[in-house]
Amino acid sequence: MYLTPEQQAILDGEKGEVMAKVMKTMVMYGDAFEAEKLVPITSNYNHLVTSFGLKVMSPVYDLMQQLLDAGVMSGQKFSVDPRPLDKNVPASFLQNFVFNKFMYTKQAFYEDQLIKLGLMDKDAFTCACYMDEVGNTPKKGDVLSWAESSAVVYANSVLGARCNRNSGIIDIMGSIVGFVPYFGLLTDEGRKATWVVKIETTKKPEAQLLGSAIGMKVMEDVPYIVGLDKWLGNELDDSACTYLKDFGAATASNGAVGLYHIENLTPEAVEQGTALIAEGAREYIIDDAELERVKKDYPVIWKNPDAAPKLCFMGCPHMSLQQLKDWTDRVEAGLKEAGNSKVVIPTVFTAAPKVLEEFGKTEYAARLKATGVITSYICPLMYMNNPLCKTMPVITSSNKLRTYTSARYYTDDEILTAITKGGK
Amino acid sequence: MMKEFKGRVVTPGTCTAEAVVTKQGFNTLASMQMALQFGDKQTKCGDQNNADINGLPLCGKALCLPQTIGSTTGGLVLYCANAMGRQPACMLFANHIDSLAAAGAVLADVWVEGSTMPVIDCLGDEFLDYVKTGMTVTIKEGGIVVVE
Repeated sequence: MYLTPEQQAILDGEKGEVMAKVMKTMVMYGDAFEAEKLVPITSNYNHLVTSFGLKVMSPVYDLMQQLLDAGVMSGQKFSVDPRPLDKNVPASFLQNFVFNKFMYTKQAFYEDQLIKLGLMDKDAFTCACYMDEVGNTPKKGDVLSWAESSAVVYANSVLGARCNRNSGIIDIMGSIVGFVPYFGLLTDEGRKATWVVKIETTKKPEAQLLGSAIGMKVMEDVPYIVGLDKWLGNELDDSACTYLKDFGAATASNGAVGLYHIENLTPEAVEQGTALIAEGAREYIIDDAELERVKKDYPVIWKNPDAAPKLCFMGCPHMSLQQLKDWTDRVEAGLKEAGNSKVVIPTVFTAAPKVLEEFGKTEYAARLKATGVITSYICPLMYMNNPLCKTMPVITSSNKLRTYTSARYYTDDEILTAITKGGK
Repeated sequence: MMKEFKGRVVTPGTCTAEAVVTKQGFNTLASMQMALQFGDKQTKCGDQNNADINGLPLCGKALCLPQTIGSTTGGLVLYCANAMGRQPACMLFANHIDSLAAAGAVLADVWVEGSTMPVIDCLGDEFLDYVKTGMTVTIKEGGIVVVE
């Protein structure tokens, strides 16, 4: 890899041993992909994936402390993934004991480290950092050192920024040196589609189910999706962006997609059209039957597959302001139709603290509260990331949550029925 | 029958270990999170979506895989496994290594004192077709992988 004299000097230890190790990490990371050079990060803010103070992750906090002790700081402020705990979310005595006394004992310590390392705001904890309310929205063409798979795929695909699927720790190390290796999704070639996915469904496909199907098929490749604009339109309005947020998260967690192009909708597809399709691209056709097949193949790992759900999580990734409003309307209508006044399954809607703050200023907030739905800034995945939850029948319309936990996936309509009328 | 494959060295080292083989993408977070958190010294795979290896021990094994997938915590999970001494003996990729696994391998190599988890990639589809869970895998110098 070619290094500028400035980069070489850092690698040689001009700025200290720890900084040299950070640079070595970035160079070795780039070498694994035959990156020819390091390029400057151009975004205003970074985004980190590691938000949780898990006792078992002590090696991460030890490493962060090495950075702090050496005065090796990020040049950028950053947002970070959601906090793992919120007392508003229902939990048993035993769960609370395990969370607070066993699992997340490092939370306060780690949050203090994050503040010292450059957290952009005390409430900058969300996986959907690109929401207007949060304020970490990169511009088209910006080079990022982000992690968090759902945020990376959104930034690349919907915003047109350039970011590889960086891992946690690599995210902050790129930001510290100010450079990232030039490979993969940073390059024009790496942004070309090696799959053409044709949507031939008879109705608007469920975002998280479609994303799951595509993720599992193309894995880490770039898909060029044809026929989805029929259902989403040709403008990246709030509705389309929300759909793509959920769709992208499923492609990234069920596979390893870091970028997708939607014909006639996402920025590069609008500009370049089919010129984005690489020679020899493979084809995947998705119709109603294919989506049904994918859904049926999800394993059910509840101890009792017929158990009544005890909890419902919506908002992985975090919900948008409009989603919270729309779901308020839907839950109210569902309850009215069922003759119920409150949801029949404890239900948690999760969103960024700043989004919840804005939601709280609207008349919808009181209406949603009246339905019994709880709002929280929590990360559902972190909440469920323990053996106690493994035996707990949780339902969700998040395919990301389904992938990493024992939560069972249902479509949005099925979830609405379950929480307002009862049944699975 | 013994068969030799040649790949690319991502992080160097030699070892001999029993193979654990996944034909589908290895979801690092889903596979290792519970085991690392709750003191499973064998690091048994906990990925419900991976029938190939769900429930099998990963610690000290030769993990043979096409690539890793899933959450971008993947690299730091691998780094933690290494720092805790609960990592696979080596990782052998049929495909080019992905960015998350590469991060984990590099972080372990640079930041974990005495870490030894050789990583070889680009071994090809034939490697993954040939190697089966339970076979013995030996990594030699220069990216040579012997399966028997």
